[in-house]
Amino acid sequence: MAGGDDLKLLGAWPSPFVTRVKLALSFKGLSYEDIEEDLASKSELLLSSNPVHKKVPVLLHNGKPICQSMVIVQYIDEAFAGTGPSLLSSDPHERAIARFWAAYIDDKLVTSWVQSFRGKTEEDKSEGTKQMFAALDTLEGALRECSKGEGYFGGESVGLVDVSLGSLLSWLNATEVMSETKIFDPIKTPLLAAWAERFRELDGANAALPETDRMVEFAKKRQAQAAAAAAASDN
Amino acid sequence: MAGEGDLKLLGLLVSPFVVRVRMALHMKGVSYEYIEQDVIDKGELLLKYNPVYKKVPVLIHNGVPLCESQIIVQYIDEVWPGTNGSSILPADPYDRATARFWAAYVDDKLFPAWLGILKAKTQEERAEKVKETLAVVELLEAALAQCSNGKPFFAGDSIGFLDLVVGCNLLWFEALRRLFGVTFVAAGKTPLLAAWAERFGGTEAAREVVPDADKAVEFAKKLMASLCSAPVANAS
Repeated sequence: MAGGDDLKLLGAWPSPFVTRVKLALSFKGLSYEDIEEDLASKSELLLSSNPVHKKVPVLLHNGKPICQSMVIVQYIDEAFAGTGPSLLSSDPHERAIARFWAAYIDDKLVTSWVQSFRGKTEEDKSEGTKQMFAALDTLEGALRECSKGEGYFGGESVGLVDVSLGSLLSWLNATEVMSETKIFDPIKTPLLAAWAERFRELDGANAALPETDRMVEFAKKRQAQAAAAAAASDN
Repeated sequence: MAGEGDLKLLGLLVSPFVVRVRMALHMKGVSYEYIEQDVIDKGELLLKYNPVYKKVPVLIHNGVPLCESQIIVQYIDEVWPGTNGSSILPADPYDRATARFWAAYVDDKLFPAWLGILKAKTQEERAEKVKETLAVVELLEAALAQCSNGKPFFAGDSIGFLDLVVGCNLLWFEALRRLFGVTFVAAGKTPLLAAWAERFGGTEAAREVVPDADKAVEFAKKLMASLCSAPVANAS
């Protein structure tokens, strides 16, 4: 890492958006100070660094804040262009395709998965699940197109889309455990299923992804809290 | 112009997302075939070239489609870098991150808020969306102060990425003023934005590309009729 580069990440370990930034830093081989925020009691540093959204992740580079996970990942790739592998191709068309699928993952996959978890009614939740599987179907096609026969969306090595989707793995794996259904089904979406296994085994991914068990425990606690709150408000 | 290949743009003249792409193409001096789409009753071309979202704009370069306006603008900037002396995104990575941050904010918060004004089914809903839009505009005033650093545009001396992303909404602010009598950018409340809006409108790219607000009003009426929403308020 270049001399004099101070990197701090304000984050919360369960957040997939924070994990996304950690993955990018990890793949680029960049060291940083990992500052865990208590989201119930946000620090002055977080509030002053991200006054618009007041959310994690926030990357501080020599004290200057960068917010929004996709913006941060591209910043890391550009500011540290000489360090580690590039997360985006140098070809404008490939860059546009990668940005498109990265945006799709947040617009369609994350949104539907959140709905399947937090939907207010059973109908809401099952609609979310349906849309989530539809999005995964679309991403199977995207992987086939982007990988060009290699192992990753980025081709031979990981890129922006791998980081975007990879950041969701702990949560998706936890969901698989809790719902006892396969999300990365080797029959329905064989390329994605193989990709998920391959990605999880990368050193860079291992360093950044929370353990599935820890995520399951966290998710169960969250669900219990939500149920208790709902029950309390029904009285 | 040599070397640009075959370029087609599927669009809707009044769409802010299409306006920003057309302005980017104009800034680069690049010629293309423009094909207006019916976005209410979508045609084969749109469904074929944007199967995921079925929306405009779609840039088709040598037969290959590109979707999502911010992505298209960055593509145009990268394929024709510094052409015509204009660079759309700033060179410095931190400035680029700042521009992308605010661009994401504009599309996530500003567009749905003002679109909500058109789609509102009740007066209460409409008033709520107007309030939301004004709150976002207030924040953009601060963003402009921060980004421009005393210069005429978000990008500095001449228009850039964030100017395009914000500026393409101006014609709709004017349309909404004509439809509902609300003003979003006024010299009294947001002086920097008001002055910037005039400068933006006066640029060559804006004068060439941005349609008259009347066209947006016309489209709005068509859209609201198709949504069967509350009758349009009578404003001059």
